[in-house]
Amino acid sequence: MQLTVNGTSHEVDVDPDTPLLWVIREELGLTGTKYGCGIAQCGACTVLVNGVATRSCVTPAESVAGQSISTIETVEETETGRRVVEAWVENQVPQCGYCQSGQVLAATALLTETPQPTDEDIEYAMTNLCRCGTYNKIRAAVRDASEA
Amino acid sequence: MGVMDLLKKTPINVSRRGFLAGAGSLVLATSLPSRPVRGQESEAGPDVPAFLELRPDGTAHLMSPWIEGGQGVYTAMAQIVGEELDLAPENFSVEIAPPGGPFGVMGGFRITGGSASTRSSYTLMRRLGASARAMLIEAAAQELGVEASELTTEPGQVVHSASGRKIGYGALAEAAMDMPVPADVALRDPADFRYIRSGTPRIDVRDKSTGKAQYSIDVEVEGMLLAAVRHAPRLGMAPSAVTNQSDIEAMRGVHSVHMLDGAVAVVADKFWQARKAIDAAEIEWTEGDAKWPMPADFSSRGFRDTLAGFTGDVVSVESEGDAAGTLDAAETVIEATYDAPYVVHGQLEPPSATARMNEDGSLDLWLPNQAPEQFVGRAAEAAGIDPSQVKLHSQMLGGFFGRHFLYETANPFPQAIALTQATGRPVKLIWTREEDFLRDAPRPLGLARFRATVGPEGPTALSIEAVGEGPTGRWYGAPAGKDPSATEGLSGKPYAIANKAIGQVYTDNPAVIGYWRAVGHSMHDFMYESFLDELAEAAGLDPFEMRLSLLSGSERHHTLLQTVGTLSGGWKAGTYEAEDGSTRARGVAMASPFGSEAATIAEVSIDGGEVKVHNIWTAIDPGQIVNPAVIEAQVQSATALGVSQTLAEELIYENGEPTARNFDLYSILRPDQMPEVHVEIVESGAEMGGVGEPGLPAVGPAIVNAVAALTGQRIRSLPLSKHSFG
Ligand code: FES
Ligand code: FES
Repeated sequence: MQLTVNGTSHEVDVDPDTPLLWVIREELGLTGTKYGCGIAQCGACTVLVNGVATRSCVTPAESVAGQSISTIETVEETETGRRVVEAWVENQVPQCGYCQSGQVLAATALLTETPQPTDEDIEYAMTNLCRCGTYNKIRAAVRDASEA
Repeated sequence: MGVMDLLKKTPINVSRRGFLAGAGSLVLATSLPSRPVRGQESEAGPDVPAFLELRPDGTAHLMSPWIEGGQGVYTAMAQIVGEELDLAPENFSVEIAPPGGPFGVMGGFRITGGSASTRSSYTLMRRLGASARAMLIEAAAQELGVEASELTTEPGQVVHSASGRKIGYGALAEAAMDMPVPADVALRDPADFRYIRSGTPRIDVRDKSTGKAQYSIDVEVEGMLLAAVRHAPRLGMAPSAVTNQSDIEAMRGVHSVHMLDGAVAVVADKFWQARKAIDAAEIEWTEGDAKWPMPADFSSRGFRDTLAGFTGDVVSVESEGDAAGTLDAAETVIEATYDAPYVVHGQLEPPSATARMNEDGSLDLWLPNQAPEQFVGRAAEAAGIDPSQVKLHSQMLGGFFGRHFLYETANPFPQAIALTQATGRPVKLIWTREEDFLRDAPRPLGLARFRATVGPEGPTALSIEAVGEGPTGRWYGAPAGKDPSATEGLSGKPYAIANKAIGQVYTDNPAVIGYWRAVGHSMHDFMYESFLDELAEAAGLDPFEMRLSLLSGSERHHTLLQTVGTLSGGWKAGTYEAEDGSTRARGVAMASPFGSEAATIAEVSIDGGEVKVHNIWTAIDPGQIVNPAVIEAQVQSATALGVSQTLAEELIYENGEPTARNFDLYSILRPDQMPEVHVEIVESGAEMGGVGEPGLPAVGPAIVNAVAALTGQRIRSLPLSKHSFG
């Protein structure tokens, strides 16, 4: 099947039900996207599909064939993504860092869609788990990166 | 036998032969000296070339004895060395030091744990930086043909003030590294610190914000195969057959199927292929011969009741006055039993290990660990080779909280070694989250029985029996009464109570138990501080005021409690209405974990029958500090775990198996449950304490005490989610 990831089209030969997560990590070698639970609970595997934050561990690869997929590796190629990363660094958000690819992409998706999110918007969009408990810093960084 | 001696003895229980030299443990949790231990203070200077490489580009590369897992230790090390070296922390790169060599800086061993890293290596790291600076000065003296005494430094360069000449560290790097290490160098006056005590940004944050940080799960070795396992659902069972083995072997990408100790593995070209195949495997299980088989009828609920009713010798841990006599003579004795459940680590990175047997008989291993030398010993044994043949590549940790110590049956690497030996190929084994839950070494379910009596001023006698087993007893053979992990937080409290008797009643915990962030403190302070509130109520006293008066003899604690009161806008007793219309109340608690002191106030309301935590105020006194920003971040993080375990975490066992296998049936704190966290750091000047764990223990009891103030319900069994609050 054809998968368009980070602007490049790849022909991948996998079982069609293979989760997008494992195609990205194992076939394309992009390890910034993380495996945390495999059952759509944690969000470590978040990627953008047509700009929408998507949990790739439960997304069969064939269901997104031909769509535009982007991963953390290219987050800084958009203006919003760059702003989010800078806000993350400025607020010193990451601790172990393992959840943060997903957090950064979730924030990027939110701010692309809603440049000036309310607190409820943030609460609704930022649902990824962080075992290190960086939630307050995440909230602060999202606010900083918003155009408010 | 003292605790430090216990540490030095060969640990038991993980490997059949015991560890090789130099193993240590979290036994030091509460008792690790923060001063350098013997062996660290040698006559010759520190081994600068082993730890530090000065590079021609003017940067320094530091080998850290401690592994980074989010606690900011690489940054702290760069700050401390940089302070004395006179090089800004951002000019450092830091990497985990390999096993062995001079890196056993805790006196021949090391662990990243017990909130001990910075405090146990502070002096060594300062001397390291100072010695390297002296070597740079010596190199510059030769270069310039002047006396070393005429030279000084500015950040990143040596300066000859008389002539105004300056040479950058980069230009001197090579010559400096060849200089002898000076035996004795003066350390900087703390009054002149620039990097230590500053909120230096952490050096790995950008990589972690852009997906560039690499973890064990990301390791790629040429020619490797990927493996997935399924463990026996109940520990102690063994696979007898895979009835559809030939179907499994025919699945796409599958290389081979292997019977392991208590598990079946599939090795394939890709992890997903291995995972799919192991999921499809039909495995027959039979009774095996594990060291700690789970009884088939074991339930956590039943075990709680067993502990509650267990009678045995009480081994004294701490005593003062005559508690038994005072209680016997008392008219009213207040009694309560408290318990806390098994909890998983839930570090977000699932465990993995990559193993490669090389042609020369050596073994390369890439894995997460908190104790490299111990892992080398166990790996050598698993591979049947000499420890000198093991090359361990410790990876940055995607969270740890105690998950990556050496525990029997909880670490994937012995399986990875078996698989690389069986296949002749490098193998990366990843445990799914489900396998992680199944074979994690959870915090032990703990229980304590309290008896006390009060007078008009507060408690006059207190007796506590901690019933059960701590991880240090399990893994290092600490006997009852000498195992801090079994009683810390019940013992070591600062309150002046004239008659007290605190002891441990040992009984086995059937589960493979482990260290969890803040270890014994994570549950015992909940028990103690909650019961203390019960005593305040019995005495008709305000819990905050009563604590202040019990602490009147300890200025450090008294100050800390007042600080948190002020931080929260002044202590508030009883219930009140908040701006959003919710009815709220506050609770207070203290803890003395890992050489530091903490005081916490929590503010809660009830929302839809559930406890909502709005605010946590914590005053923390680590004695002396290195990085206030890291401390604040660690208190945030410890608070999150503290709130999480108080609200909802509980690993339930039924029929010898955990009922939850992933984050669907076992909740960890969600973003919308995170309270606002307000931190004040008090630097009392006492000996340096830890910062990774101390923010946790007081959080739970502060919440539980707030809930009691709000609802009148006194919760003696965690988590709160199993109780209903109308
Ligand atoms: S790995 Fe996909 S949500 Fe957890
Ligand atoms: S930073 Fe560790 S899980 Fe989020």
